[in-house]
Amino acid sequence: MEHYLSLAVKSMFVENILLAYFLGMCSFLACSKKMETAIGLGLAVTFVLTITTPANWAINHYLLDKGALAWISPALAKVDLSFLSFIAFIAVIATMVQIVELSIDRISPKLYTALGIFLPLIAVNCSILGGSLFMAERKYNFLESVVFGFGAGAGWALAIIAMSAIRSKLKYSNIPESLQGLGITMIITGLMAMGFMCFAGIQL
Amino acid sequence: MAMTLITKQNRKIVKDALWENNPITLQVLGICSALAVTVQLKTALVMSIALTFVVAMSNVVISSLRNLIPSKIRIIVELSVISTLVILADQVLKAYMYDVSKQLSVFVGLIITNCIVMGRAEAFAMANPPGKSFWDGLGNGLGYSAVLITVAIAREILGSGKIFGFQIVPQAFYDAGYVNNGVMVLAPGAFFLLGIIIWAQRALSPQLSSKDATK
Repeated sequence: MEHYLSLAVKSMFVENILLAYFLGMCSFLACSKKMETAIGLGLAVTFVLTITTPANWAINHYLLDKGALAWISPALAKVDLSFLSFIAFIAVIATMVQIVELSIDRISPKLYTALGIFLPLIAVNCSILGGSLFMAERKYNFLESVVFGFGAGAGWALAIIAMSAIRSKLKYSNIPESLQGLGITMIITGLMAMGFMCFAGIQL
Repeated sequence: MAMTLITKQNRKIVKDALWENNPITLQVLGICSALAVTVQLKTALVMSIALTFVVAMSNVVISSLRNLIPSKIRIIVELSVISTLVILADQVLKAYMYDVSKQLSVFVGLIITNCIVMGRAEAFAMANPPGKSFWDGLGNGLGYSAVLITVAIAREILGSGKIFGFQIVPQAFYDAGYVNNGVMVLAPGAFFLLGIIIWAQRALSPQLSSKDATK
């Protein structure tokens, strides 16, 4: 239990997927202008990451990894399909996003209208594919991949919501003409990343 | 033959992507990997080559298929073309430069979701013939590389006093009390440097800041 808790804290704060690994920067920069957008996108990313990371774990563990096909027949024990992982992961992600979109539309139309426009965008958010690739590289087990997926998503949501709050204050400050927009946003992200580095070394 | 290919128009496509419409500093695309691989010049260079290859080739392939791709499923077709090319690049790296490929870890795979590749496929290759698309891809790849290499040079010199792993800052400096700037090796250094590069570019050509989509 403790191990999973510490993994969650680690993926959320210490190794924040956005601030330490720079994943999902594009949508972070483009969608952090308004608080509501940031919250919607943050929730959507958390949700999709929590689903796709374990889904890709299953694909990786039962189909792609070295010797993973042994459960079908011992003759396949030597097959190593891990080179296909990129295309398999991105296909799973694109499909999952589609399924999630359809089921949310069916179950809760209210949530669908809130997240609706962001869901398709998420398929090409680097943090989703990054989550799956990190999961494969670090050889997490099933539960670890669920916890890691959720933690990474929550960390990303935290960062974008904090950023949108800062940017709404930023409107009233006096920034040099050519630093406005992207430039100052990058520098603030740098300061945030420094802040998050304070969490390093926290052990539960 | 080669000379006739580089027409004035193609040269303009390449030049535009390098300064006027740079994918990183102006279109705000592909920042994720740009920051992650720039601790050393070597990884940045390899990443630039891999990305330039993928974006140029995917532009050519997608633009030659552009009349055959049904518009409803174009995203998934684009993604599969791109991931095939990325798998190629990744396998070549693993075979010939294993240590660099280990250092780049997941970031080679993340070229798939690099917005530059998708963005150029969507915005340019779907509407232009293969020849022009190739130059557009090449230009955008080079524009990305230019920023990557600048950031990497600055980070490697300031962060570890080296370039390509060779000592650049003389030992006498260290003896006199000079210390490497540790922030540059870590994530915040990359953010600060990119922020400063964007600032400098816009200060040099003020008309560019009106194009900023994130403003």
